[in-house]
Amino acid sequence: MSAREDILGRIRSALRDSPEVPRIPRGYRATSGLDEAACIELLVDRLEDYKARVSVVGAAEVPALIAGLLAGAGSYVVPDGLDALWLAAVDSQPGNARRRTDSAAAPLTVAELDSVDAVVTGSAVAVAETGTIILDGSPDQGRRAISLVPDHHICVVDAKDIAGILPEALRRIDGTRPLTMISGPSATSDIELERVEGVHGPRRLDVIIVR
Amino acid sequence: MSTFLGMPSLPVFGTGNLHATESFPKAARHELNNAQLRANLGHATHTIRDKRLKVVSELPDWEQLRDAGSAIKESVMARLPELLEQFEANFTARGGIIHWARDADEANRIVAGLIRDTGETEVVKVKSMATQEIGLNEYLEEQGIAAYETDLAELIVQLDHDKPSHILVPAIHKNRTEIRDIFLREMPGADPELTDEPAVLAMAARAHLRRKFLTAKVAVSGANFALADSGTLAVVESEGNGRMCLTLPETLITVMGVEKLLPTWQDLEVFMQLLPRSSTGERMNPYTSLWTGVTEGDGPQNVHLVLLDNGRSAALADEMGRSALHCIRCSACMNVCPVYERTGGHAYGSTYPGPIGAILSPLMTGIQAEENNSLPYASSLCGACYDACPVKINIPDILVHLRSVDVDSQRGKTKLPSQMDIGMKAASWALSSGKRLGLLEKGLPLGRLAAGPDRKITRLPGIAGGWTQSRDIPAPPAESFRSWWAKEHQKPDAEGMNKPSEDTGDQA
Repeated sequence: MSAREDILGRIRSALRDSPEVPRIPRGYRATSGLDEAACIELLVDRLEDYKARVSVVGAAEVPALIAGLLAGAGSYVVPDGLDALWLAAVDSQPGNARRRTDSAAAPLTVAELDSVDAVVTGSAVAVAETGTIILDGSPDQGRRAISLVPDHHICVVDAKDIAGILPEALRRIDGTRPLTMISGPSATSDIELERVEGVHGPRRLDVIIVR
Repeated sequence: MSTFLGMPSLPVFGTGNLHATESFPKAARHELNNAQLRANLGHATHTIRDKRLKVVSELPDWEQLRDAGSAIKESVMARLPELLEQFEANFTARGGIIHWARDADEANRIVAGLIRDTGETEVVKVKSMATQEIGLNEYLEEQGIAAYETDLAELIVQLDHDKPSHILVPAIHKNRTEIRDIFLREMPGADPELTDEPAVLAMAARAHLRRKFLTAKVAVSGANFALADSGTLAVVESEGNGRMCLTLPETLITVMGVEKLLPTWQDLEVFMQLLPRSSTGERMNPYTSLWTGVTEGDGPQNVHLVLLDNGRSAALADEMGRSALHCIRCSACMNVCPVYERTGGHAYGSTYPGPIGAILSPLMTGIQAEENNSLPYASSLCGACYDACPVKINIPDILVHLRSVDVDSQRGKTKLPSQMDIGMKAASWALSSGKRLGLLEKGLPLGRLAAGPDRKITRLPGIAGGWTQSRDIPAPPAESFRSWWAKEHQKPDAEGMNKPSEDTGDQA
């Protein structure tokens, strides 16, 4: 008998008392009722609690803000589907030396990613209550590796993509995409429970919320 | 054809690191001698406990989330065969490969074989309880494969050739100076000027592991959740070591217990609220990764999952105990446990310590395995674990149930009656007759004499000595309630009222 049949057989045998399948009581909150302004305020509070840096700006201010945040970076990577307007103020000349563009068709190697200082991505959806940003690998967010290896992640969140609570956010995304949920920069509390921000993932997280 | 034909089979128990090799009271005794350990644990458990309470109280619907979580897990157990088949079909359709392992040995052989097929001799690992349970690292080492733990605490434990003492913060028994000394001793190229600042130590670990992450071709992980309706796996973590392992290598091998399934994507909204708040006391953990089979051009292109039984089906067969399998490994129960807080995790022997370990380990191995029958007694039954459990596992009830399973399993094992048998026989003899009890109660003043001026009996002689090993007996009262009652009710008799026995005498 194969291990599969053996294990399924053992489990069926263990359940020979035919336990009842209970109804799931879903009395928890499915929506928060927060409006956009309240969502923004809550998300900012939660992200700052995680030691992320947050700016809330109008769409017109995004290019200058990104240019400013990248001022110190020797090089940076962007996914090939990133909104070109966001990069209008930074290295706008084609063929500039600082910018690397990544795509599934033409991916950078891990070593190349390790040599860049920063990454700029969009995001799929955010959760105000928990300070969480979810990336789903869409063209403006790129492969999972690009938002992981560089030490500085600049992440743009559209205010209309902010959900109040987690159930609202998860209902907006496709669970079969490669997903990364990010709540602040990487952190550890493994030594005497003292929180240290920045271990293996990006040590610096800048979030730009676009009203 | 794999339908169950109604032939009841005996439970097949788990193997690997699930056993106490020394009885809990013995192990606890020497762990309690470690003052450093107790100080660290006291600080750690109280800190996480307070953080947890704070973030839990923020949610107006925490109890509703617990109710939903509990019911979802109960339905998973009731529908397990069907959900496993559904998960398998979805994961496979997306390019993932599923392997089934009956026990620890089989799982180890499968993982080693998959690594060997890649031609690699090194793997990076994400913290995983399942691979600790099966002793994967040790097995791989025997096979000439080096497995590098990448979670900071697991790295500390691995470098020190030690064992984890807590499922969430495995190095909680070490303080910063001890950790610095381990790094200086065991980490190649560690800066001799290394200080014991946690931030400095974390950066040393980053530097040490970065090269490994960037060059690793194979990673081994566990999984927190598996969604049956989509074939999706999830890993919940903090440091980014998980993302590194799950994203950069070419081959990813995940080992997961069969009980980790959730029926639908929607169920994740419950568990991703319950788990981070219960485990680290955070609103959300820094990183969660989800993957469904293979995504072309993004992440590992060879994706394997080893589904592990190793005693889970045996635990499932115990109707009273099966809800122990609802556990999502958050560790809230150990952080509130007065026993765990003092003894630490090592005293439990098994990979799973604390209140949940005290029920899960014997359920998975059978009560008679090594010293695991001592674990259900490692509790005062105070119930704090039940209150803290995000999926409402009634740990105290299962502890009591397993104590009875233990007592029953001892019956008829030896020809000689046990201390318990003798004690019960004696109690039955004394309590079944008022005369005998009255006679024995006359001995109470003797007990007072034995208690002495501090009114405590601190040591009983002979086989009864076990009782006073860890507790005192208060001095007995001068007389029993029964004799007091009789005396009080004699007063009216003296005045010529109700005197039933003498009345009958008069009539006679």
